[in-house]
Amino acid sequence: MRLVIILFFLALIGFTLVATVAEMPLYGHPENPTNNEVPERFIEKGTEETGVMNIIGGILVDYRAFDTLGEATVLFVAIAAALSALKAHSH
Amino acid sequence: MEDLIVRTISRTLVPFIQVYGLYIILHGHLTPGGSFSGGAVLGSSMILFALSFNLERGAKKLSHDASTVLECGGILIFAMLGFYGILAGTNFLTNLKAGFYPGVPGEFFSAGFIIFITVALAFKVASTVITLFYNLIETEGEAHD
Repeated sequence: MRLVIILFFLALIGFTLVATVAEMPLYGHPENPTNNEVPERFIEKGTEETGVMNIIGGILVDYRAFDTLGEATVLFVAIAAALSALKAHSH
Repeated sequence: MEDLIVRTISRTLVPFIQVYGLYIILHGHLTPGGSFSGGAVLGSSMILFALSFNLERGAKKLSHDASTVLECGGILIFAMLGFYGILAGTNFLTNLKAGFYPGVPGEFFSAGFIIFITVALAFKVASTVITLFYNLIETEGEAHD
């Protein structure tokens, strides 16, 4: 009985996931909600506003520099935590 | 690991890997790549060096003090360049509007503070990779003693 219930719920979850994937927008379709004014702005004015040829670099270090600073902080905290945990065991 | 083939090949390859990593870092504003990928390439070249030779010779190439300076210096340079934007009367981490040298897009000296941040962050990422690797290896060695 338990096995039947487990299998039923697994099938239900699987059906839901497959149905969700089937409803997703096509990859690279021009009508997708991701193709809005934000990537247009980056592609058209990115070089002019940041002076880079590599627009991804311009987005990372200019438009979203604060996010990159946060990433660097995460790296710093991660290495500090790892070192404190490792060094605590060696003494 | 004391293998002649591995040592010879890695001794030949490490300079090329490092030059490629520096190219990715310094051309972060011109070609695909940037601080994180270039720093990972630089760091993995040092890991290859330490793996193929014994650890002591690898550790001499980058001491713990040097990695501490790189680690803290990279993020400090990043934050200081951000504070320059406030001093210039704009927002935190403003690039061209804060008065950094814009240059001509496509030339090496262009794009304001992006090149400085890329270099600082890349050395920080490289030192993070190397420091974590050396410390894990050292802890492993002490556990076996």
